[in-house]
Amino acid sequence: MQQRPILRLTDTSLRDGSHHKRHQFTVEDVRSIVAALDGAGVPVIEVTHGDGLGGSSFNYGFSLTPEQELIKVAAETAQRARIAVLMLPGVGVKDDILVSQDNGASIVRIATHCTEADVSVQHFQLARERGLETVGFLMMAHSQPPEALARQARIMADAGCQCVYVVDSAGALVLEQVSDRVAALVAELGDDAQVGFHGHENLGLSVANSVAAARAGAKQIDGSVRGFGAGAGNTPLEAFVGVCDKLGFETGVDFFKIVDAAEDVVRPVMPEECLLDRMALMMGYAGVYSSFLKHAYTQAKRYGVSGAQILVRAGERKLVGGQEDQLIDIALELSREKVR
Amino acid sequence: MKAAIIGSGNIGTDLLYKLLRSPVLEPRWMVGIDPASEGLRRAASLGLEVSADGVEWLLRQDELPDVVFEATSAAVHRANAPRYAEAGIRAIDLTPAAVGPYVVPPVNLGEHQDAPNINLITCGGQATIPMVHAVSRVVPVSYAEIVASVASVSAGPGTRANIDEFTRTTSKGIEAIGGAERGKAIIVLNPADPPMIMRDTIFCAIPEDADPDAITDSIARMETDIRSYVPGFRLLSEPQFDAGRVSIFVEIEGAGDFLPAYAGNLDIMTAAATKVGEEIANAAASDSAADRHVTA
Repeated sequence: MQQRPILRLTDTSLRDGSHHKRHQFTVEDVRSIVAALDGAGVPVIEVTHGDGLGGSSFNYGFSLTPEQELIKVAAETAQRARIAVLMLPGVGVKDDILVSQDNGASIVRIATHCTEADVSVQHFQLARERGLETVGFLMMAHSQPPEALARQARIMADAGCQCVYVVDSAGALVLEQVSDRVAALVAELGDDAQVGFHGHENLGLSVANSVAAARAGAKQIDGSVRGFGAGAGNTPLEAFVGVCDKLGFETGVDFFKIVDAAEDVVRPVMPEECLLDRMALMMGYAGVYSSFLKHAYTQAKRYGVSGAQILVRAGERKLVGGQEDQLIDIALELSREKVR
Repeated sequence: MKAAIIGSGNIGTDLLYKLLRSPVLEPRWMVGIDPASEGLRRAASLGLEVSADGVEWLLRQDELPDVVFEATSAAVHRANAPRYAEAGIRAIDLTPAAVGPYVVPPVNLGEHQDAPNINLITCGGQATIPMVHAVSRVVPVSYAEIVASVASVSAGPGTRANIDEFTRTTSKGIEAIGGAERGKAIIVLNPADPPMIMRDTIFCAIPEDADPDAITDSIARMETDIRSYVPGFRLLSEPQFDAGRVSIFVEIEGAGDFLPAYAGNLDIMTAAATKVGEEIANAAASDSAADRHVTA
């Protein structure tokens, strides 16, 4: 009998969803979501400030609850699921990784802009020395061609990364653009590391893109229950689980249980649904980092300018993840232009 | 004052051009470890004595420098620092080693003119700590946070391999020299082509009843002080005041000595190093003038 191909799913509603929640998670939110996802068989649950360890700041928004407290609660709550944390070199530091390990995290995901993988080398080395499982994130993957991404993936794998993700931070990739990138990484990495895919819904393609990734050889796929994430949201994990059931991919997640979790547990924690609206479409179309969405709303309101214009200009300036401060500068620029 | 540059990479070479323009500093030696280095070749063609045999070679010379500029890495400077001290050579450290006290010229240079070893923190620190100080000299700053955006091509292998060192050292400098109770630093590398000019944002938490005019005025004065030795430094807009916070946006365009203009992050380091060197030389000259006077 032929074995069904296995995909490992990671739910990131308690990390990417932190953007949508403006980093206001409570201990109770984390406890209830982790319990529900764990019960549905989700194997990995990511819990961190939206911008990774140490992200609580003026630039990205302060956490209501210290992230390490949330990580600890998540690890205590999960019976089977493993807890992952995200860290961006330049925002967090190695000590943050060690503290999260003490609090029960066993997977560390290290994210860099997709041309800057070499800043992650020291963090992968530390994580492996400490026995943590490692994942690498090549963010804004739409901005580089497949071969360039593959070269960056090699840097991460050589540093000790066990799975390199093509991360569509802007939700800008379209079908073959995903499979071409995933295939390039699979060809480059061979047995040295797995390949993963992290999608966003900004062009309405996250589930389809994730299928394209899986068919091109990705072994790990990210999603967020109810799409709870940045921009128009992440790949809705419950929908992807259902699609996998139909296509014959083995996820180990119970479709009915995760659908109930999405509706009964996760939705009430969300401030509102993640929408594929004008602002979100602008991000997918212009290739803008999804986490900029809430910040663009804030600055548009503060300076009386168009949020959509802020996002378009962020795309023109080729801003990368982490440059939220520059959205204020853009809003100021737009308000000066309005006066003239 | 006779000077040696240790390290023949981008920073060392850019520094060389600035030192050659200085009326009081005389760059005589450049030391590297790579015989094929472009920096060493340039330094030799500009009349410096050069060697690829490292600091050992320099310390074997009959004549020794009065001051060395360390443009290598933190680990190398930690190893070299005691040897300079033993030889009685002053050290200006452009790495994040922090063997000596932190110095940001417009804030605290006067306090450490006599220190045998001076550390320049980080590029992001040189660009932002003066602004934190400009706020904290007017009102208490309970927390300050800086975001440094630099062009990918201007972040060398040293910075990349030790990005944690950048954030930790800058954070400490924000507290120790900037005067914030708590500091945080964030660095973002941006690969846009053509490369973006270095930009920094400084956020300071201030009391709700702080006087915006007094803070804005202090920031403007600091901008003038920095521009006296980093002409490409400028505020991008008026400081922005929100509930309990002031945000300051700056850009640093490099002088284009050796490095391209976008590399303001490197320019501000070499400009600060030159400034510190000149102040030390001036102080030494006035000391020895005073000595002669006493002897006479």
